[in-house]
Amino acid sequence: MSSPDFYQFLGIPRRLALDPKELETRFYALSRKLHPDLFARKSAAEQAKALDDSALLNDAFRTLRDPIKRAEYVLKAEGFDIGEQSTKDVPAELLEEVFELNMALEELRMGDDDAREQLQISRSTFLNMRDGLDAETQAKFAEWDASDEKSVLSEIRALLNRRKYVTNLIEKANVPDRV
Amino acid sequence: MFQIEFDSQEAAVGIDLGTTNSLVAYMNLAKPEVIPGEDDDKLVPSVVSLAADGSLIVGNAARQELIDHPERSIYSVKRLMGRGIEDVREELNLFPFRIAEGSESVIRVVLGERTFTPSEVSAFILRQLKKNAEAALGTPVTKAVITVPAYFNDAQRQATRDAGRLAGLDVLRLVNEPTAAALAYGLDKRKEGTIAVYDLGGGTFDISILKLHEGIFEVLATNGDTHLGGDDIDNRLMRIAIEDIRSEWGDDISHSGEAVQTLRREVIRAKESLSFLPTEVLRFGWNGKAYQREITRELFESLITDIVDRTLGPCRDCMKDAGVTPEQIDEVVMVGGSTRIPLVRSAVEVLFRARPHTEINPDEVVALGAAVQAGILSGTVEDQLLLDVTPLSLGIEMYGGVVSKIIHRNSTIPASAGETFTTGIDGQTNVLIHVVQGERELAKDNRSLARFDLKGIDPMPAGFARIEVRFLIDANGILQVTARDARTGREQMVEVKPSYGLTDEQVEAMIEASIDHAEADFNAAQVASARVEAEGILSATDKARRNPAWEQLSDSDRAAVSSAVNRLMVALNSDDHEVIRQHMDALNEATHSLAELMMNTAVSSALKGTHV
Repeated sequence: MSSPDFYQFLGIPRRLALDPKELETRFYALSRKLHPDLFARKSAAEQAKALDDSALLNDAFRTLRDPIKRAEYVLKAEGFDIGEQSTKDVPAELLEEVFELNMALEELRMGDDDAREQLQISRSTFLNMRDGLDAETQAKFAEWDASDEKSVLSEIRALLNRRKYVTNLIEKANVPDRV
Repeated sequence: MFQIEFDSQEAAVGIDLGTTNSLVAYMNLAKPEVIPGEDDDKLVPSVVSLAADGSLIVGNAARQELIDHPERSIYSVKRLMGRGIEDVREELNLFPFRIAEGSESVIRVVLGERTFTPSEVSAFILRQLKKNAEAALGTPVTKAVITVPAYFNDAQRQATRDAGRLAGLDVLRLVNEPTAAALAYGLDKRKEGTIAVYDLGGGTFDISILKLHEGIFEVLATNGDTHLGGDDIDNRLMRIAIEDIRSEWGDDISHSGEAVQTLRREVIRAKESLSFLPTEVLRFGWNGKAYQREITRELFESLITDIVDRTLGPCRDCMKDAGVTPEQIDEVVMVGGSTRIPLVRSAVEVLFRARPHTEINPDEVVALGAAVQAGILSGTVEDQLLLDVTPLSLGIEMYGGVVSKIIHRNSTIPASAGETFTTGIDGQTNVLIHVVQGERELAKDNRSLARFDLKGIDPMPAGFARIEVRFLIDANGILQVTARDARTGREQMVEVKPSYGLTDEQVEAMIEASIDHAEADFNAAQVASARVEAEGILSATDKARRNPAWEQLSDSDRAAVSSAVNRLMVALNSDDHEVIRQHMDALNEATHSLAELMMNTAVSSALKGTHV
């Protein structure tokens, strides 16, 4: 489905580092023009168009307001495959932490409640790691906006893959209190 | 031009089609106003009764019929909207619905000698409201905005829209009740801010959090418990009274429809007066016997504490989904008769750290908001716009029964999403797409919305076809699905026909279960995807065994492959994805030399080809 480009549709420059306020302003302004409520007394064809347009507007806003989805959108448009994460993007320094986490999960499964402490530690380690990755990604966003270099996009893709991996670990470490 | 001028003369009304009461309102110049019925009552009880002469009685008059002729009367029909017989079994224990034989696909309720679908019964209520509006306005009324609980699913929304059509109304829009309430409050209110709408109705509980921005009402998130309301509070008092009466009189009155209805009416009266009196006496007379009991507010509150507490979880989840803290909520709006209960108000005040708004009558606020929305749609109200969300995620069932979510819950509507599908078998000419609604990872744990078949795909090798599917949720929260074969351009419009709606309990159970069973779900999804991958490897191996390279392999290599295949086939039954993956790895290992041989053969034949 060749749906129109989200940036073009919203009428904003194709940047990765977007000002959320500016994006929101565009969204509200376009909503006031395109929403089906404004076409309730118009012809069926106009109503159908309003439905399509406002669905596109909402999809575009939903995608671009979220930095991760926004980056994935641009990567995809630039021909990058964002489907499966590649294991080579898994940071080697993470292996020990992953091992610790798996051990703690195993201990917990065996009924050792003391393992919860390790899970807490693992979780905050991964959360910090993700914050670091987010900061790095932000910097790369600005770099791409300034340079338009394809190589920066592949670095961003690698960062996103690592982020995905770390996010999975955070979820894994987030064991509910009930056993 | 004249056409439009003429059209705008005709009033579009706003209707709150409630579980307990229904109301109709309209825009009187710039102000929404509720239209009373012939009996001057603004609330039309959602009760329908079939008179002996075959005419239909609706509202206050039907309430008396409910006591005199319970077998010819029905109330709380909203609980049956858009649902299948399997969905309402539990309700049947609590409510005196009489379901006709043969109600498997569409429920039919019995009133006297006739049967009706829930949409038809709702249409009788709507028709009464339409009549009331026409009498008051002196013009025909054919256009309406009707409200639904925010948590209503596709089937329930469709059933509501059907009821409107049956009542001769052009349903301009279905609006979520809490959102409508926000619209009613939004008039002349603050320009910016975040508001929470707490809506505890007769049978459902909704919570919505909205962001206000210069007349735009943007819903950030919605949550709820679609099986929680004033009815549950009544049932607590009923249980006490029935127990007392059993021990005092030695009679069980719960089998008499008439006695139960009379007692229910008294219980509701007592409940309502306990909202402003510290104590009230419950009185019930039956067959010359009298029962009475004093109920203090303290006792009443202790009876309902857990019910009130059950509303708080969805409120917290909703704040989380909206990405706001209690401190960021500027205003709280109260909707629904049950929010008059002081305990409810104080619980809400504590949770949101803001004094809730109660200036607008909580019974009327939804209808007033619906009238505002009707005004927006007919162009009489300008500069206000509602951006609502879908309460439930939509997805497609993938191989292995895993759901691929296409539109996530709390997405602003209209919303759409596209997905490309292909065939899995050589020469396959149709693709069956199963659409589900819910938050769980496996299709079988969600509610099936519809299945549709894309037919007439040209036969071609597996994986060559490209079928593009587009999901679109319109501004009513109703789904449209279209599919297109990207190669032929053939398009197929699909009307989503739900065989049964999702039950309210299921919606909740699904969301709750998706939290409770997140781990189990995750494992099941991993097992399913491991199985799919394993099957792929097995079929590739099978194909390779027919390759000439297979014959060149040593006997021991061949034996190793065969035994790895057998072990993987056994492992497919395992519920542990790691076991499946281990055997996949083993098979990959065993086929290593076979793959190399095939590669070499392919390379050498390709080289030969270039030389020719």
